[in-house]
Amino acid sequence: MFSHKKIEKNSILMLVLVLIVVSIGGLIEIAPLFYLESTIEKVKGMRPYSPLELAGRDIYIREGCYNCHSQMVRPLRDEAERYGHYSLAAESMYDHPFQWGSKRTGPDLARVGGRYSDEWHVTHMNNPRDVVPESVMPGYPFLGKTPLQIPHVAGNLETNRIVGVPYTDEMIANAERDLATQVNPDADDVDAFLERYPKAQVRDFDGNPAMLSELDALIAYLQMMGTLVDFTSYDVDANKR
Amino acid sequence: MNLLWLAFTIVGVLLGVMLSAKAADPTMMLHGMVFSLASVLSAFALIARHYRNASGPLLADANGSVNYNTEIVKAGVIASTFWGVVGFAVGLVIALQLAFPVLNFDLPWTNFGRLRPLHTSAVIFAFGGNILIMTSFHVVQRTCRARLAGDIAPWFVFWGYQLFIVLAATGYVLGVTQSKEYAEPEWYVDIWLTVVWVVYLLVFLGTIWKRQEKHIYVANWFYLAFIVTIAMLHIVNNLSVPVSLAGVKSYSLFAGVQSALTQWWYGHNAVGFFLTAGFLGIMYYFIPKRVNRPVYSYRLSIIHFWSLIFLYIWAGPHHLHYTALPDWAQTLGMTFSIMLWMPSWGGMINGLMTLSGAWDKLRTDPVVRFLVTSVAFYGMSTFEGPLMSIKAVNALSHYTDWTIGHVHSGALGWVAYISFGALYFLTPVMWKRKSLYSDALVNLHFWISTVGILLYITAMWVSGILQGLMWRAYDAFGFLEYSFSETVEAMHPFYVIRALGGALFLIGALIMVYNLWRTARGDVRAKEVGSLVPNMEFAGAR
Repeated sequence: MFSHKKIEKNSILMLVLVLIVVSIGGLIEIAPLFYLESTIEKVKGMRPYSPLELAGRDIYIREGCYNCHSQMVRPLRDEAERYGHYSLAAESMYDHPFQWGSKRTGPDLARVGGRYSDEWHVTHMNNPRDVVPESVMPGYPFLGKTPLQIPHVAGNLETNRIVGVPYTDEMIANAERDLATQVNPDADDVDAFLERYPKAQVRDFDGNPAMLSELDALIAYLQMMGTLVDFTSYDVDANKR
Repeated sequence: MNLLWLAFTIVGVLLGVMLSAKAADPTMMLHGMVFSLASVLSAFALIARHYRNASGPLLADANGSVNYNTEIVKAGVIASTFWGVVGFAVGLVIALQLAFPVLNFDLPWTNFGRLRPLHTSAVIFAFGGNILIMTSFHVVQRTCRARLAGDIAPWFVFWGYQLFIVLAATGYVLGVTQSKEYAEPEWYVDIWLTVVWVVYLLVFLGTIWKRQEKHIYVANWFYLAFIVTIAMLHIVNNLSVPVSLAGVKSYSLFAGVQSALTQWWYGHNAVGFFLTAGFLGIMYYFIPKRVNRPVYSYRLSIIHFWSLIFLYIWAGPHHLHYTALPDWAQTLGMTFSIMLWMPSWGGMINGLMTLSGAWDKLRTDPVVRFLVTSVAFYGMSTFEGPLMSIKAVNALSHYTDWTIGHVHSGALGWVAYISFGALYFLTPVMWKRKSLYSDALVNLHFWISTVGILLYITAMWVSGILQGLMWRAYDAFGFLEYSFSETVEAMHPFYVIRALGGALFLIGALIMVYNLWRTARGDVRAKEVGSLVPNMEFAGAR
């Protein structure tokens, strides 16, 4: 009969067996997600983030917003009523990494885009209790005062392309300009920008046209969240998993 | 060999200076400087060491008994106690921030979003990690009857790990994070940890290879599984592409749903292998040792070990119930999470039943009280976990404080308590003292922190279930009854109670620090002379 004593006397044998035993679960659960086509639904409207939205997302990550806000509406009746249509896998297909979150100390943000005005966001970021007295969120008054500084705008897009986000050469070449264009509706290349990033919102977000601030980027990101996918053309039955 | 290590420090200095000079952002500049400073200090330490003992350590002393490396364990006792207090204190701060948001001070470096990873990493990796490295170095030496492998390598593991903690922690405060929970450090810190971890594995294995016992003791199986599995999880989950080799920012290799499951495969098994398997290694050594009884069942140990490590890996998807993760993966995750209850309780029974014939020690030895209560908490949280992984329960509990309460019953009750037990056990042994400074203070620590834990977890049960029910409450007309902000307001009293629980836990830890410090100095509390539980290794240590 097999005796466990063999394993107990041979550290390398034990190490190899441990590695085999702990690999099985991960391989069976995770690996198929990369090749099963049904994992990510077929939708219309998803596009890579504009440079300003991406910068806003990086600030969202930097400040740890994911600690208290989810971006994942579950298919439950109350969540659909509170937040809107349940989240699709396709909606985070360009999120490196995902921002689904694990805790709702504050509300879900998957569909916060367009729900509040820019002014509301500016006031709320400055001191959340000015608009929501019960809120326990920290204030972020420094965002509006800090100019948006990114070491290498195009580099961020290029890196995203390496990990699989379909940024085109044109997007990368124009990255630096697109950053400024999105906060300036009078810029010459707004049309070309909107062609590159359909449904992107172009305006000064933080109420201070004199400076492109971190707050501009963050609000641009918040205002686009959940607004890309065209749900009128979404076929639920075709995407059953 | 010393020259090779010296060469590494020179490479380290150069690398740090280069990163600092070419840095694309201020944090990389700072971290480059920290890295080169650490390398310079290591070079000095190496040179000083060379002149101090040119011949290297003796493998056995004059009597022929093994000359164990106790210095590294002492350093680990100090480091883990220090980081424990830091981690608990930051936890108290962020608990108070949730109750009184004015305490965020609205500054970048003090807001909840940046401090929460500081708390989780400080308690899991700084406190828990140091406890694991320290106890594994002690246990593997004693159970193999061999001096720890390597002369400088163990110190590289110790100081390299502290450097990892400093880089990670300063990074969080300055806003450097990957946003993956419990894997927040950026790519360059991850690479550094990988280097340290590989040396850790080699030191551990090297000691096993030198063993004078035929069999590898069961505690070492768990430590070994912990070390290699954490290496696998860490490397895969942190795969990312840096924007620039001189900048902190990177983008994860995986996106969306794949990124989510990879992260929670990591996240759940950080619990499974860091906070469970590793600490079960502590249980399998320190409980039998302290109560002077053999492990209850050898066969149960084998079943416990293999079934635990096999089943744990599957449980990750229960963090993603009702999300955009495909249903088949969710169901698989739930099924294995429920099955996981069995090996968890098998392990608990094996730990508790080791006290057979020695249950009176629960009354007479407050250190045993810590060790046994920790196993009881382990049993409770490993029952609660499978319960919460059931989709219908999870629909209510997910995103609420119930999860936070569950984590803390495991983290405070199981992980911290077994660590306290190990610290109280090891301090007199390492400093060669007859007993602790005071058993009464151990008892006080036990009761203060137990009340703290109970306040904490009951507050979180109530707030979690309350908020979950409020979110889904409908009024008579079929509309949602509560706005989100009303549910936040309802949390306030429980957040205050939770902070109170955390404060008690911190006070308990400070009592322990005082007690351990007096013990190390060789003091004995006047009132307790003669009645203290003796350190059984005292005679042998002489």
